[in-house]
Amino acid sequence: MRIGLFATCLGDTLFPEAVKSTAVLLARLGHDVVFPPEQTCCGQMHVNTGYQREPVPLVRGFAEQFGDPSIEAVVMPSGSCAGSVRHQHEIVAERYGDAALRSGVAAVKAKTYELSEFLVDVLDVTRVGAYFPHRVTYHPTCHSLRMLRVGDKPLRLLRAVEGIDLVELPEADACCGFGGTFAVKNGETSSAMLQDKMRHVTGTGADVCTAGDASCLMHIGGGLSRIKAGTRTLHLAQILASTRTAPYALTEAAR
Amino acid sequence: MSSTFLGMPAAPPRSPYGTGNLRGDRKFPKAASGELRNEQLRRNLGKATRSIRAKRLAVTGELPDWERLRDAGSAIKTETMNRLPELLEQLERKVTEHGGTVHWARDGVEANEIVTRLVKETGSDEVIKVKSMATQEIGLNEHLDTQGVTAYETDLAELIVQLAHDKPSHILVPAIHRNRDEVRDIFRREIPGVDPDLDSVPAHLAAAARAYLREKFMTTPVAVSGANFGIAETGTLSVVESEGNGRMCLTMPRTLITVMGIEKVLPRYRDLEVFLQLLPRSSTGERMNPYTSMWTGVTPGDGPQEFHLVLLDNGRTAALADRIGREALNCIRCSACLNVCPVYERAGGHAYGSTYPGPIGAVLTPQLAGMHEAKGDPNSSLPYASSLCGACFDACPVKIDIPSLLVELRHQHTERSGVTAEKLAMRTAAAVMKRPKLFTAAQKAAGAGRVLAGRDGTFSHLPPPFDSWSDSRDTPAPPKQTFRSWLASAEGAATLRAAAEEGVPAPGPTGAAGPHDPEEQR
Ligand code: SF4
Repeated sequence: MRIGLFATCLGDTLFPEAVKSTAVLLARLGHDVVFPPEQTCCGQMHVNTGYQREPVPLVRGFAEQFGDPSIEAVVMPSGSCAGSVRHQHEIVAERYGDAALRSGVAAVKAKTYELSEFLVDVLDVTRVGAYFPHRVTYHPTCHSLRMLRVGDKPLRLLRAVEGIDLVELPEADACCGFGGTFAVKNGETSSAMLQDKMRHVTGTGADVCTAGDASCLMHIGGGLSRIKAGTRTLHLAQILASTRTAPYALTEAAR
Repeated sequence: MSSTFLGMPAAPPRSPYGTGNLRGDRKFPKAASGELRNEQLRRNLGKATRSIRAKRLAVTGELPDWERLRDAGSAIKTETMNRLPELLEQLERKVTEHGGTVHWARDGVEANEIVTRLVKETGSDEVIKVKSMATQEIGLNEHLDTQGVTAYETDLAELIVQLAHDKPSHILVPAIHRNRDEVRDIFRREIPGVDPDLDSVPAHLAAAARAYLREKFMTTPVAVSGANFGIAETGTLSVVESEGNGRMCLTMPRTLITVMGIEKVLPRYRDLEVFLQLLPRSSTGERMNPYTSMWTGVTPGDGPQEFHLVLLDNGRTAALADRIGREALNCIRCSACLNVCPVYERAGGHAYGSTYPGPIGAVLTPQLAGMHEAKGDPNSSLPYASSLCGACFDACPVKIDIPSLLVELRHQHTERSGVTAEKLAMRTAAAVMKRPKLFTAAQKAAGAGRVLAGRDGTFSHLPPPFDSWSDSRDTPAPPKQTFRSWLASAEGAATLRAAAEEGVPAPGPTGAAGPHDPEEQR
């Protein structure tokens, strides 16, 4: 399959290891990974903060970059960016776009997937040859869970990882408190939510807390780093890309 | 040549906003800040919402057609809003036919005046009250008080709030922020003649309230209630409740005055089939609420002999005019969205400053009462009081897409707030990100910023407005290389080539082959 990889602006800039792992994983599975070079950002932060005019060029850019019909699927290591492409781009296009943008957005939306959905639903694979001999707990991020409805797909992928000690996270479906600019505008409420999430994460005794969104992991990881917890955060793609011959070394920095 | 000056193009006329308890005195982050420091409040709220969440999940999960019930509820409510004027007129006709009197109140001020006049006409200076959001919204008790009429709340939790001179903090459980020791102290202090040794056993507290209330039920000739539903087809009003105090108020006094928001009308009697399943399961987590009262006008010789229905607009028509936002009017006030909301659970109901707290309050309040950006209106902070986690949407029995409504109201807010520092920043960000070359340059600049990071490669202090973030979170410094520069490098290309050649690694001695985990049941 010819797969268009969307790195997301956050993944590209701050968490490149998660994107590298996604690319490696898809290549190992025998797919042709292409990276449309002019891609930047899906505009989610704008829309979620109340700005719908400003991200029009971003929405257009996304549709143009991935509109190429030879790209059969657009895959990204982020539930919230996939949610934005699938649910918000058409709102922006309807309101402030032209007919061309509306049709471009609809075409790209139909082939856009978050990584775990793509692996399980489209490629029909849960065992990707991963090896990760550590204790791991999984936080289902809100947009993966309730916007995309990925359900237990990430967990099925994790269960098939060799050597993994997967432990359940109590109150897993509770929001970590990130919410994009929410964490800045309502920093104290967000922190209160983060405290509870961290209590549950550290309570599992896991070495690693994983998720399908670098943004939520940045939030949880930033909190865990501040309290000097023994648990680090790692993107799901990095666990799935870790193998016996190239195992992820937990001693390196969490990203 | 002649021309007619038509004046400046004006915004189309719109219905006025509502008045009353629909606006706090501080913006949400400030108000929440105080509440977050109240450890007792957080414990009470956490405990209460957790237990009610579990109950709700159990009784909604057991119904095989729960999702279809939700769809039905949503469809009926949407139909209602589309036909609101005709349904209200039908309701008025039917209530009148059955001996009731219907009054129309444009806003809270009018509704308060109407109710006060009706009470005075009975000659009483006391009324008993059934728990009602609408009368809370218009501040009826306070208004009656200024007119020399004393209102007694008869719902146990409302009574606690009233005796404590406090404000409700939850739609259904107004005293959710109090625990039983606090309640005991309030009762000892405020109920005349109560046992000074009253303890905090729930049954004893209830008994103390009951003794106090019984006397009010027996002696007060006027009751004021709200309504959960008003049936246009038959003119039937309905109140659902748990304690039986409502039944007392609705049947014992000579005069009954019901204040109902106009969005509470339902087209048909049989629609109750849907809502009497949705409401109790979503609100208290019960299969059926203990008391469902229904009455149609006046029945000679049985129950109140005088019945008044006050139909309250108070900003609802203004909300109805919003094609997207009007969905908030579908709310049946079950409070499920409050109980699942992580923001509500931490900040509590008072932080919202309105009669309607939690997720529904964040979308309803600004629509009923407006958000006047230029004046720094606290209501304009409400749509931002959410992480958009979506738990409310999943819980809502009438499937109100609250996260999308929040995003829509945020957009309306930014459209009306002129040029702000935030808007300029958003414009700049979009301008950079729409030009890949500029974006790459910005990434490089960010990468250079890593020299400013601490020795552990993180930032622990950021300048405003990001200081509220860095108060409790470290931020990683950008790595040396972005993904795109890695991919463009020889190393990136070689890594991907090698991955393609390697294929899916063979399992180790303990692993299994194939695309799926053999233990997985597919
Ligand atoms: S918005 Fe939905 S969940 Fe919230 S109170 Fe109204 S009906 Fe209940």
